[in-house]
Amino acid sequence: MTLIEGHKPITPADGIPVWDVDPYDEDMLRAPETFYAELRAKGPVVFIPAYSILALGQYETTQKVFSDHENFVSSRGVGLNDFKLEEPWRPPSIILEVDPPDHTRTRRIMAKALSPKVVRGLADMFRETAEEIVDDLLTKGSFDAVTDLAERFPVSVFPRAVGMRDVDQRNLVDYGACVFNAMGPDNRLRRWALERNKQIAPWIMAACARDRLTDDGLGAMIYAEAAAEDAAITEAEAAMLVRSFLSAGVDTTVTGIGNALWCFATNPGEWDRLRADPKLARPAIEEVLRFTSPVHTFGRTAGRDTEIAGYPVEEGTKVICVLGAANSDPDKWGDPEAFRIDRRPLGHMAFGAGIHGCVGQNIARGEMEALLSVMAEKVARIEPAGEAVWRPNNAIHALDKLPLKLIPK
Amino acid sequence: MVKVTFIEHDGTETTVEAAEGDSVMSAAIANGIDGIVAECGGSMMCATCHCYVDDAWADRTGPRKEGEDDMLESAASEVKETSRLSCQIKLTADLDGLVVHLPEEQV
Repeated sequence: MTLIEGHKPITPADGIPVWDVDPYDEDMLRAPETFYAELRAKGPVVFIPAYSILALGQYETTQKVFSDHENFVSSRGVGLNDFKLEEPWRPPSIILEVDPPDHTRTRRIMAKALSPKVVRGLADMFRETAEEIVDDLLTKGSFDAVTDLAERFPVSVFPRAVGMRDVDQRNLVDYGACVFNAMGPDNRLRRWALERNKQIAPWIMAACARDRLTDDGLGAMIYAEAAAEDAAITEAEAAMLVRSFLSAGVDTTVTGIGNALWCFATNPGEWDRLRADPKLARPAIEEVLRFTSPVHTFGRTAGRDTEIAGYPVEEGTKVICVLGAANSDPDKWGDPEAFRIDRRPLGHMAFGAGIHGCVGQNIARGEMEALLSVMAEKVARIEPAGEAVWRPNNAIHALDKLPLKLIPK
Repeated sequence: MVKVTFIEHDGTETTVEAAEGDSVMSAAIANGIDGIVAECGGSMMCATCHCYVDDAWADRTGPRKEGEDDMLESAASEVKETSRLSCQIKLTADLDGLVVHLPEEQV
């Protein structure tokens, strides 16, 4: 059998619409709204012959399939390669690319290390750092909010929370971008990711080694799990989990923060509302995530013969869940094109759903809340100072450049 | 349909109707009950849908689910024996009339 993108080619069931489109086209990744709308309009499930995959964009179906870990597994890869048929590009993640019961074991350890209680303990550090950075930016004219704020803030606080002694902004941000680009097809972005990752991986391995971490951070908590008497994980597994903090917890929050700044720069009325009522910071974060879907697409594999929206689906089928399309489905949200910070969009798909729902979502919210709260106190207006440019990535919808000027209160 | 009564910390009582299979959390959110925040949407990640099952119902809602204890440790208000994450209580016909009390704070 000749594989397509490392998975079994499929014959879609009768009645599934066929769409000759490349969801990973770079121009479309920069401006995906039309793709999202057309995907939803074609039906609950669409066959894309270019990669021999099924794609979902309507909220109801996407939500259902994405949370159905029994029929749609993660252990065969959350990108286009089927780990059962082809060797993955890196050793599979022991939390992301596994199913229960293996998943339950590592998930529990990570959930404990990233619990709301732990995040509350980090809140002061997040806030103090946000104050320093915002004060500094207020003295400047225009600046690039991607590197100078969206990257700078998480890279200042998150490695510190993990307990890292070695910090390199470019390596940390690119590491996540590589892992997410690798979820796509064999295109320019994925090839860049595999090359770039070869340069970064040795640095990450060294920086996450037990003896390079402080003994009071999240990293030490994970290593301590491996050292416990009835340890559920080995030390090598602990090292993998610590590295997954960095693959999943830097580029994603950078993207969330960049997208938040873009939302407020382009919706000044909503910034005024947040300033008037800083308690809206938490719901505002949810709306930013729904509105911009920092992680736009994520895959699953049919682990057995099953169905989607009544159509039979054969075992081994790769299914991409287009979270950005689900988050902008008018049937679910009414007026998805409006950015309203008091929407409270419960059930948005930006952190996924079900047992694989983002384990770092509390810390992501904690970082964003600290920054937005500090800015709401100090910044009267967030003004665009040039054109915002989006950066194509096979799974992340992020800005490449965002020139801004902050007007002090 | 199943009836659920939410008693908020200030004593406000609201009775809502929900479908069998819904969670107590989703019944609260669908009906705008302020005392349930449910930030994570039901992934058992946030402890902001904490509730106290009324003593008369505690047997019928059953024990906490795997991992629920860990997450309850992060709850903002006092955790009692009857504490549950409302996203983990699935409504069945047997729970028609369920009464839950809501804590002072969720965040």
